[in-house]
Amino acid sequence: MAKYGDKDDSVVVIIGSGAGGGTLANELCQKGINVVVLEAGGRESPETFIQDEWKSFGQLAWLDKRTTSGSWRIAHDFPNLPAWICKTVGGTTTHWAGASLRFQEHEFKARTSYGDVPGSNLLDWPISLADIEPYYARAEAKMGVTRTNGIPGLPGNNNFKIMYSGATKIGYKEVSTGRMAINSVARDGRSPCIQQGFCFQGCKSAAKWSTLYTEIPRAEATGRLDLRPRCQAARIEHDRRGRVNAVVYFDQDGKERRQAARAVCVAGNSIETPRLLLLSESSRFKDGLANGSGQVGRNYMRHTTGSVYAVFDKPVHMYRGTTMAGIVQDEAGHDAGRGFAGGYELETISLGLSFYAAFLDPGAWGADFASYMDDYARTAGLWIVGEDLPQETNRITLNAEVKDTFGLPVANVHYDDHPNDRAMRDHAYRQSSALYEAAGARRTFHTPPYPSTHNLGTCRMSLKAEDGVCDRHGQAHEVPNLFISDGSQFTTSAAENPTLTIVSLAIRQAEAIADRMSRKEL
Amino acid sequence: MKATIDEAPASAVPRIRRGSRREFLKGTIVLAGTLSAGTLLAALAPSRTWALEARVLDQKQAQALLLMARRLYPHKDLPDAVYALLVKDIDEACSDAAVRELVFTGIESLDRRAGGNWAAADPQRQTAILEGMSADPFFQKIRGQCITSIYDNQMAYKHFGYEGETWSKGGYIKRGFNDLSWLPDPPAAASPPPFDA
Repeated sequence: MAKYGDKDDSVVVIIGSGAGGGTLANELCQKGINVVVLEAGGRESPETFIQDEWKSFGQLAWLDKRTTSGSWRIAHDFPNLPAWICKTVGGTTTHWAGASLRFQEHEFKARTSYGDVPGSNLLDWPISLADIEPYYARAEAKMGVTRTNGIPGLPGNNNFKIMYSGATKIGYKEVSTGRMAINSVARDGRSPCIQQGFCFQGCKSAAKWSTLYTEIPRAEATGRLDLRPRCQAARIEHDRRGRVNAVVYFDQDGKERRQAARAVCVAGNSIETPRLLLLSESSRFKDGLANGSGQVGRNYMRHTTGSVYAVFDKPVHMYRGTTMAGIVQDEAGHDAGRGFAGGYELETISLGLSFYAAFLDPGAWGADFASYMDDYARTAGLWIVGEDLPQETNRITLNAEVKDTFGLPVANVHYDDHPNDRAMRDHAYRQSSALYEAAGARRTFHTPPYPSTHNLGTCRMSLKAEDGVCDRHGQAHEVPNLFISDGSQFTTSAAENPTLTIVSLAIRQAEAIADRMSRKEL
Repeated sequence: MKATIDEAPASAVPRIRRGSRREFLKGTIVLAGTLSAGTLLAALAPSRTWALEARVLDQKQAQALLLMARRLYPHKDLPDAVYALLVKDIDEACSDAAVRELVFTGIESLDRRAGGNWAAADPQRQTAILEGMSADPFFQKIRGQCITSIYDNQMAYKHFGYEGETWSKGGYIKRGFNDLSWLPDPPAAASPPPFDA
């Protein structure tokens, strides 16, 4: 593994090691570029992952304080936990369930497709599906996505059998175990899935793709990666020309350090990425780095979600096998006749007993709640994931009242549901209940959204500088050697789980960075 | 939301502390019971008899909290040994003076609302009293703690039919991940057969 000096300004500094940062690091290293990765979390491994929901949460989740506001129920139920994302090497690719879906063509043109939806800040992406398709193909090959590259689909578990039965009975056609970045057969030096469950807790058999044991060790093997765990970025600095030249961070001993940089790529997920830019205000960038448009932190999206759990007369054991075992895609398209813009996917989900109790209906108690717990072993579940609309007022800001352990203001996450989000969620709840009733459910329960796992859009890409923060390659409009390298750059959320698109954009961005370097622009 | 980490399976059943404890750690037995013979939990526990020692709470307070947990999350067949974990966790949290004050005055408030003795009130009256105090910080503290104390332990896993960690057992690939037989199997195109494990 490489070790670069703090004053070595030949390195590209990447902040974060998840789907965006971890992939970008490997892609750059493979091209012969020297990289320093600053990762706020520590380094775990499949051996150290814990199959216990609360203990794993303590090991992997980002637990540093955040605050919330807005009318979303999260602000009431989990005021200091707006998001369920990770602080560990590999980032949230340790926790994700593996669903790897391409966005649809119309979703890259959301403003054109959906029109002027009042209250939204919709915008077309500056790239099209055709632009990203070659990178989707490379990402799928890299991640070993099932049902691509000749890789068989995964076998469905009990939870999927119920989904399939109900979905097909109510007329859905696109129902399968889906495209998953989980090995159905041995591939790429990793073993096939043995259906453990606990996908959310870090895959102990490493069958599920994570940058922790794919991209990062490969980058290290080039001798060009200097990965620094437990290093929390605090501020990005710039020179007199307005080009970034260093990242100030706190190392594992809490000591402040300053790493020089040729370019900086921010991939801290969509809460920390804008927070870092806002913390990097200067006399030149008074409202935060690269924030001349005022869009840094705005248009925060978290997908329209919710879960439906259904109780049957006979055993289900939904927790056995992959957590996201199957998908219904019939509602994923755009059909204004349903009364909302955009679409949604239905994906099986399961929680262990401990998290089922915590998340089924936060704050609830009494005989009705207890009866759902009594029926746990006869319960099936699915998760709704749909497009939510960007709104300028849904945003990440700095909370000057609350400081982290380094004395820096924490992020406040403000979110109000748009009427479109509520209409979509209600539709999805109804369809899901119908699906389960068709499969024989005795009763169904509509669970509110969990703390957000998909956090998107807070430094969005745009054709015009005044509409967003970065361009079609994630390069900041105002700062030519600053890149946004995670889901923050999403212009809109689309209906699909975001990881495949984050990885594809990272591969594409690595090419752009290498190209600019070879042309001496960086 | 705060994680409460329970102990290893065998120690999940409250038990008497024996000998060699330093004096200040010594508590008083405030709750005790016997797991019904022939039940799943009796098979799991090292001993059918259990007892809970408390360092801060007295017997009356412990009994009040145990009943509160039972009324909040009523499971007819769930033994007191599981609800006693709530009492154990609250007793430990009471080492913090502010929590102790909250809990002590909260229990007094339960008694006051019950006209003197909360524990002696009939179950419906107890539930109605709880409904009337759901905005109370004491109520919220106990309710929130119940979620982890009652449901995040090995006895609860067994009782509610959750199997816990699977790595040591090789996952479910050969142990029933797709054993549901009361619905037809999906076609192979939707759900291919598992790899030949």
